[in-house]
Amino acid sequence: MNPATVQELIWAGVLVALAAFWPMMSNGYWLGIGVDVMMYTALATSWMLFSGPTHYISLASAAFFGVGGFVVGSGMSDYDASFWSMLALSAVIGGVLAALIGLATLRLSGVYFVIFTLGLAEMIRNLVSWVQNNFLGSRGLYVLTEFTDAHLYWMLLVTAGCVYLLGWIISRSRLGFALRIIGGDETVARHVGINTAMAKVILFTTTGVFGAIVGAIIAPRWSYIEPNQVFSPQLSFFVVIMALLGGSGRLWGPVVGVIPFLLIWNWVDSNFPNQSILVLGVAFLVIVYFLPHGFVGRIEQLRARARGR
Amino acid sequence: MLDILVSGLLLSGTYALVAMGLNLQYGVARIMNLANGEVLVLGALAAFWLYTTAQISPILTVILVIPVAFIGNWLIYRFLLTPLVRRSKSQGALEVDSILATFGMSFIFIGIMVSIEGGFFFYKYLSEPISILGSTTSLNRLVAFLLAVLIAAALYIWLHYSRPGVAVRAVSVSTEASGLVGINVPRVSALTFALGGTITAVGGALISTFITLDASIGVVFTLKALIIVIMGGVGEIRGAIVAAIILGLVETGVATLVDPGLTLAAAYFIFVIILLFRPQGLFGRRAV
Repeated sequence: MNPATVQELIWAGVLVALAAFWPMMSNGYWLGIGVDVMMYTALATSWMLFSGPTHYISLASAAFFGVGGFVVGSGMSDYDASFWSMLALSAVIGGVLAALIGLATLRLSGVYFVIFTLGLAEMIRNLVSWVQNNFLGSRGLYVLTEFTDAHLYWMLLVTAGCVYLLGWIISRSRLGFALRIIGGDETVARHVGINTAMAKVILFTTTGVFGAIVGAIIAPRWSYIEPNQVFSPQLSFFVVIMALLGGSGRLWGPVVGVIPFLLIWNWVDSNFPNQSILVLGVAFLVIVYFLPHGFVGRIEQLRARARGR
Repeated sequence: MLDILVSGLLLSGTYALVAMGLNLQYGVARIMNLANGEVLVLGALAAFWLYTTAQISPILTVILVIPVAFIGNWLIYRFLLTPLVRRSKSQGALEVDSILATFGMSFIFIGIMVSIEGGFFFYKYLSEPISILGSTTSLNRLVAFLLAVLIAAALYIWLHYSRPGVAVRAVSVSTEASGLVGINVPRVSALTFALGGTITAVGGALISTFITLDASIGVVFTLKALIIVIMGGVGEIRGAIVAAIILGLVETGVATLVDPGLTLAAAYFIFVIILLFRPQGLFGRRAV
């Protein structure tokens, strides 16, 4: 992963500006798709911030996302808090949670981290349900706001833009350089004096913060929040597939993966709902066997070949 | 209290068996198989399906499952995982690839199982109550435990006192060195992977006699098996047994004393403690 260029940043800015017009050109179904695209773009890009350079596969997205949604639901429903204060709180909780997980697992090899994040969303869901049933009384949580889909879309667009900008800054900083060395060879990184655990924990914390923010922003869309719904483990796999399908080498890779995957998924899910889970399986196998560097890698490979001719 | 001890111990028998299967796959074949739980559920589905459609006893199914699971897992290793082993430059790259590939397989297994049976795999087999040491439990738990112990003991003896068993253990210590002393590493890895998958499927068939499963529950068992393997130390059979007993007891304890919905949280709690204080496992050697 090379440092991102200024040219890339300008392109990204143009893209964000163009994307901002989407709600004015579409409504109903296509606006809904737009919200999904933005949500997953933000999640997959923040996943890429951490997993791209380090090659650690995080399946914690659903956990952070769920924490964000649940904090907003609980705060607005049980304590009459405002949406914005709960949004801020969920970012803090997401970050603290990620930092704790990072401190426990990121000092060790990547396998432990994957295993730990694999069941994390499910475990937090069990804990939250238990707390809700035994101490809070099992009430539903309502999130009632004035926001329309277009508002959510713009908020998610801003979030995705911030994630990208942060990634751009990091990739040009000392921290980004350190992460690239860690991804290349962790032993080398340690020997040249990089505090590898700390670098990984910092990056993972940003993933947690953004995951929770996205979950919090999406909460008003559901209006009724239930742990089973916000902690859906499938979301983590979606994020991984989209990010890797796009390509893990570039910060803008996820965008390329999110749109085709979402369109295919929606089509299969509405036509063959029982077979939709197979799409996830096939997507993983396609990534491993045919697109190990994603669409972006394939495009760059073709471009290099064209240039060589 | 005695109830917790008895049912926790009975549960840990099958856990230990399943963890041994995963241990073989990860410790010897070097494949982090996250479709392990789905293979277990496939075994359970076979037991459920044969019992409800043809009244075939789950114990007979265990015997039927062995060749099918062995060949199936061998084919998976030979045709899907060998290319990954060949192209990987390092253990880390292989781990990432095998994790993603086995995720893919796990979802495909789930898809297939959902199309066979979308609901719970519920059936009654040997569910008469029996009394052990004054604590009441059901006969199927005891039978599953005894069979699991029998299979695990056979495996242990085979690994320690037979020639192929020694080869398997040699590969688990070092693939390079065992290649140098004339062991056909790819062949041993493939057979060990197949053996591990078989043991997992058998464990699934046994578990299905006393726990009601469904097509999407596999990941929970994958996690439990992984936690047991890590707690015991990768490649350590004795460690896996001790770890399985600890997990079985803690889970049963939490389920009876606090809430049955918190068993996964209990498993995580153990996991965190192991990661913080003894990441190489109870019986593992510290990595150099």
